[in-house]
Amino acid sequence: MVLFKFLLKYFVISVCILSSAVSASNANVTVLDVNGSAIRVVTSFSILEDLVRELGGDYVSVVNLVGRNSDAHMYQPKPSDAVAVAQADLVIVNGLGFEGWIARLIENCGYQGQSLIASKGIEVLFHGDEPDPHAWQSFRNIRVYIHNITQALIAQRPQYAQAFLQRQRQYLNAVELIEQELIAQLAKVPASERMVVTSHDAFGYLGHEFSIAFISPVGLSTDAEASAADVATIIKQIKKHRVKAIFMENINNPRLLQRIAAETDIAVGGKLYSDALSDVHDPAGTYLTMMQHNVMSLIAAFTEP
Amino acid sequence: MHSGVQNVPLDINFALFISPFSEYMFMQRALIGSFAVCLGAVPVGVFMTLRRMSLTGDAMAHAILPGAAVAYLISGLSLIGLTLGGLVAGIVVAALAGWVARSTHIKEDTSLAAFYLISLALGVVILSLKHSNVDLFHVLFGNILALDNAALYLLAGICSISLFILAILYRALVIDCVDPQFLRRYGPASGVAHYGFLFLMVINLVAGFHALGTLMAIGMMILPAAAARFWMKTLDGMLLVAVLISLAGCVTGLLISFYVDLPAGPAIVLSVGVFYIASIFFGAHGGFLSKVFANQHLTG
Repeated sequence: MVLFKFLLKYFVISVCILSSAVSASNANVTVLDVNGSAIRVVTSFSILEDLVRELGGDYVSVVNLVGRNSDAHMYQPKPSDAVAVAQADLVIVNGLGFEGWIARLIENCGYQGQSLIASKGIEVLFHGDEPDPHAWQSFRNIRVYIHNITQALIAQRPQYAQAFLQRQRQYLNAVELIEQELIAQLAKVPASERMVVTSHDAFGYLGHEFSIAFISPVGLSTDAEASAADVATIIKQIKKHRVKAIFMENINNPRLLQRIAAETDIAVGGKLYSDALSDVHDPAGTYLTMMQHNVMSLIAAFTEP
Repeated sequence: MHSGVQNVPLDINFALFISPFSEYMFMQRALIGSFAVCLGAVPVGVFMTLRRMSLTGDAMAHAILPGAAVAYLISGLSLIGLTLGGLVAGIVVAALAGWVARSTHIKEDTSLAAFYLISLALGVVILSLKHSNVDLFHVLFGNILALDNAALYLLAGICSISLFILAILYRALVIDCVDPQFLRRYGPASGVAHYGFLFLMVINLVAGFHALGTLMAIGMMILPAAAARFWMKTLDGMLLVAVLISLAGCVTGLLISFYVDLPAGPAIVLSVGVFYIASIFFGAHGGFLSKVFANQHLTG
């Protein structure tokens, strides 16, 4: 398997070289773009894509790398990704070690344009020594993301600054509205009963902001395999704290959680969306509906008799 | 993480071995599942080592990938789908490789290597077609701690079928190990034995990938058999000892995973691996020390 990743990497690099040669020969086209057409943005995963579309509107054309319902931890870049990056005006990533593969991709392509780390300036939570990258699971942080993205868009097209600021205001209002509603709903649940089990530690920020305890059988990343000791500990915790529900994620293999649920007789509380949005017609098609879906599902599980 | 230890009274050593299994259902299931895999796969592994096919298993494990990938595209992480997909891909590769080896001048190992590499490349291509890459490698690495009823029935079923077929093929396989030319002179029996044996290998690998993952499953086929060779001279003895070693490895590995906090599948294979390395030195037949002592007798 390691061999594949290795070969794939080399394939990506060679395509990078080809595509940068192609884009160099198209240089005269890029000059025309500056005056009128859309900013070409590459985002690393679906949640950033949604934010950029909301904030950029018709002023941006977005190419997203890791799609909906996909796991960015395990992603292997494709040649078309390299082409997209090589041709972009602006590359936006989450940072905090979330997309370990992207620095190499950007470097390999000889990309010279602007890159933005969307999480720049947030208050980072740590899992041991490693920063927890899932910072978008917090309304406080997402405001920082929104600010960063808007500033980057303005830097690209200063002439549309007013329009970008206007879109930012509208989106922040929408965020505020949903946050207030969720806070009001969650207030009905005593803090001591806010405890669930999920399949990987992606909800540290959400838990921190809403005082919800998340317990998970695997470590921070989806790479790790659980040991029998881990599973036994979780089962003990569930029984001791009378945890009400166990939640799946859209990007994981659910078998281990189903096993734990069966052994502890607790309900499987449906799906939470952590690292990727769902398909458009499913309940978590945008960032805001994702947050709403996640928190409302949790509340439903807490308040179950 | 280590809370498993705290509730166990340390003065009763026996309880240390029993309580993880009596207390937790997932440990019982892991034990039953791994026993089923061992009972089916280890005897096949003994014949693999005797027929010098240890690395063939590795090739077959990779050949399963495109089948599992297609099944995943069609039916997601369904147990039946992945099983059938893996079976079909494994059998097709085994049959094609065998056919080419028997009807052209290409040797069996080359032919198999060629087909498994094609198959593997195909698998990776198919996987990348679906953009949602819920990692299939994780699925292929299996999880012994997450066996549900359907998976246990499947493992037990494959184990039974495997033992049944092995019983039928037993004589032919033994003759084939001793004198491969003999059966060839007597018509179809050689082909039946050969393809039957490849089929056995494939079904055990598919069972193994649900429990331990494909690569770890091969570990459970080869390591106990290799270790048993250091202790037994007869085939019957080897089969018995290999199975016992593998069962002991399952118990040890699961307990290590429970107390030391290691992933269960690799812990099981490593326990058997440690036993194999010990056997190299201390084995009664052909072990390093036994040879040293034998030489002393000769010179003294």
